[in-house]
Amino acid sequence: MASDQLLQYLFSGLTHGSIYALVGVGFTIIYAVTSIINFAQGEFVMLGGMLSFFLFASMGVPLPMAVILAIIVAAVVGALLYLLAIRSARQASVVSLIIITIGASIFIRGIAAEVWGVDAVRPPAFTGTTSWLVAGAYIQPQAVWLIGITLVLTLLLHLFFNFTMMGKALKACAINRSAAGMVGIDARAMALTAFVMAGALGAIGGTVMSPLTSITYGMGAMIGLKGFVAASIGGFKSPVAAVIGGLTLGIVEAMAVAIGWGPFSSAYKDAIALIVLLAILLLRAGQLAAQERPS
Amino acid sequence: MRKVLLVMLPALLALAMVIPALGCASEEMWDEESYVIGAIFSTTGAFSNLGVPERNTVMMMRDQINANGGINDRPLEIVFYNDESETSRCATLATRLIEQDKVLAIVGPSATGPTLGIKDIVTQAEIPLISCAAHKGIITPIEESYWVFKTPQNDQDAIHEIYSYLEAEGITKIALLTDTSGFGASGRGYLISEADLFGLTIVEDETFSTGDPSMEAQVTKIRGSDAQAVVSWATDKESAQVARDMKAQDMTIPLFCSHGVANRAFLESAGDAANGVMFPAGKLLVCDQLPDTDPQKEVLVTYRDAYEALHGTGSSSTFGGHAYDALMMIIMALERLGDDMDGKSLAEARQMLRDEIEKTENFAGTGGIFTMSPTDHLGMAPDPFVMIKVVEGEWTWYQY
Repeated sequence: MASDQLLQYLFSGLTHGSIYALVGVGFTIIYAVTSIINFAQGEFVMLGGMLSFFLFASMGVPLPMAVILAIIVAAVVGALLYLLAIRSARQASVVSLIIITIGASIFIRGIAAEVWGVDAVRPPAFTGTTSWLVAGAYIQPQAVWLIGITLVLTLLLHLFFNFTMMGKALKACAINRSAAGMVGIDARAMALTAFVMAGALGAIGGTVMSPLTSITYGMGAMIGLKGFVAASIGGFKSPVAAVIGGLTLGIVEAMAVAIGWGPFSSAYKDAIALIVLLAILLLRAGQLAAQERPS
Repeated sequence: MRKVLLVMLPALLALAMVIPALGCASEEMWDEESYVIGAIFSTTGAFSNLGVPERNTVMMMRDQINANGGINDRPLEIVFYNDESETSRCATLATRLIEQDKVLAIVGPSATGPTLGIKDIVTQAEIPLISCAAHKGIITPIEESYWVFKTPQNDQDAIHEIYSYLEAEGITKIALLTDTSGFGASGRGYLISEADLFGLTIVEDETFSTGDPSMEAQVTKIRGSDAQAVVSWATDKESAQVARDMKAQDMTIPLFCSHGVANRAFLESAGDAANGVMFPAGKLLVCDQLPDTDPQKEVLVTYRDAYEALHGTGSSSTFGGHAYDALMMIIMALERLGDDMDGKSLAEARQMLRDEIEKTENFAGTGGIFTMSPTDHLGMAPDPFVMIKVVEGEWTWYQY
């Protein structure tokens, strides 16, 4: 394979890996703080993309404002998801809560289909669509935005969790919720924060990605699944690990097409995420069970 | 009292189960007050771009017909179901239409996969089905398709249309980029099997799944080959992404798509990248450019104007047209039958309707001119396609 082609696959992998990374970070934060796997995570990506398009195209909001509003609305949806669905069922077991998030994702998807219709939409790119030629490989400006924003967010999250009071409080909840409660950390407020952050992160991904890929009401499910795999690769441990997991998954998917042999052909691109997931679940089954804490 | 109820309840339940069974044994009549037709379309999910215009078209036709006094002075009733683009869901709904709603015939489903999924069901239940999906295998082999008709042009013919153009242009090496859905996979089968006939070599054969957000990696692979053209077999959303990803990597070789992109959503989603894309399609998209002598021109312009009056300029698509053709053939068959079906059982009525649909002759529909026969359940006159090229974001009839 020529080096320029290799670079092209790498660009493609990084671009799509960035989305998986942002979704994976959302999974990780919520799981760490609440032990819940939030299967509505992919819907935040869909909401981000759809909202930014409809605010811009139907309501005439300038694009930067539309993007910011979309992210805020998705964060509010994240908060509502916690307050209305999760918190009011807090007596339920973790498994029940996870099932609630699946229900919520179907609900959000249904509303989106009713409100915005079922066609794919594509918000305009932030800064043009003419690709740049880098060492023989093409990269779109929007892909640079996506990768760049993901890296900046990763850095910010790292700083947030390690150097701010609130970040440390979140981390404390993740390590031991009852002990965190004893030193005066409000676990419920932290859970709410986690859902808001996950909503915002997913929507950021959605608004930046949808000019590249277009977006439909139903796209959240597959993206959510890939994000879940990203978080699994990262072991649900830290946002940085989830980002590495996401980028890895993106690159593996792109390279599978490049190899184009047997199970590594383009027809099975989506299957790769599932194979990785199965492998992780088999390898880590014991480890994950050991992490289960009484809530 | 409670005890009595407890004893009575199972007895009543048992009775309730026996009575309908008895009813089945005797000849069940059809509802002679109105014509009840079932419609299954994929109005959500992967094929919603097909299903929504199809449903809208059938609704529009029903309202028009009932406003004009119905068929043979009886109203046309349609029972609508959405199969959510899922084959298994479609099978459940087909059974419901047949057994619970007792419809005379079924229009739809929208896509190849669901249609093949219910072919056995309608055959066993002996009810006519007119599918709005393209795959030739829906109506072949004819011995297994006694109850099944379809209105969209065969995918195989669409591929011949593209391949003969490529041959005329002197292109010999092509890359395939197809969807793994029923539509894409059957198209890929013909793309591979027919290539030899036109002296074409397939140098890359890449696939993607429905709903994939990006085909960048596949396009990169094709860019590394010596293909002179790309043939992509998918519906509008994925095809638009292929066009964009090719443009993003500055590829200049031409892109040919399936008739599944004949939809406004394709132009909107692909944007600039749509320019230059070519595909074979029914004449609806360019009906204004047809000569007045074209036998389909009148039906095409009338259909488009009626649809767009309800749903907005540019909203009509060939998919809705397929549903128009399907329902129209049923309506015409019912008109021809007149009172003949009165006093017949539901099973007999379905049989009569099937036989009458098979007698459809020289019907100028939106997809082509249909003459059904016992050996051909599409019955389309040759050359139903025009080659469409996107020029400056508009469909244009490309005559070569």
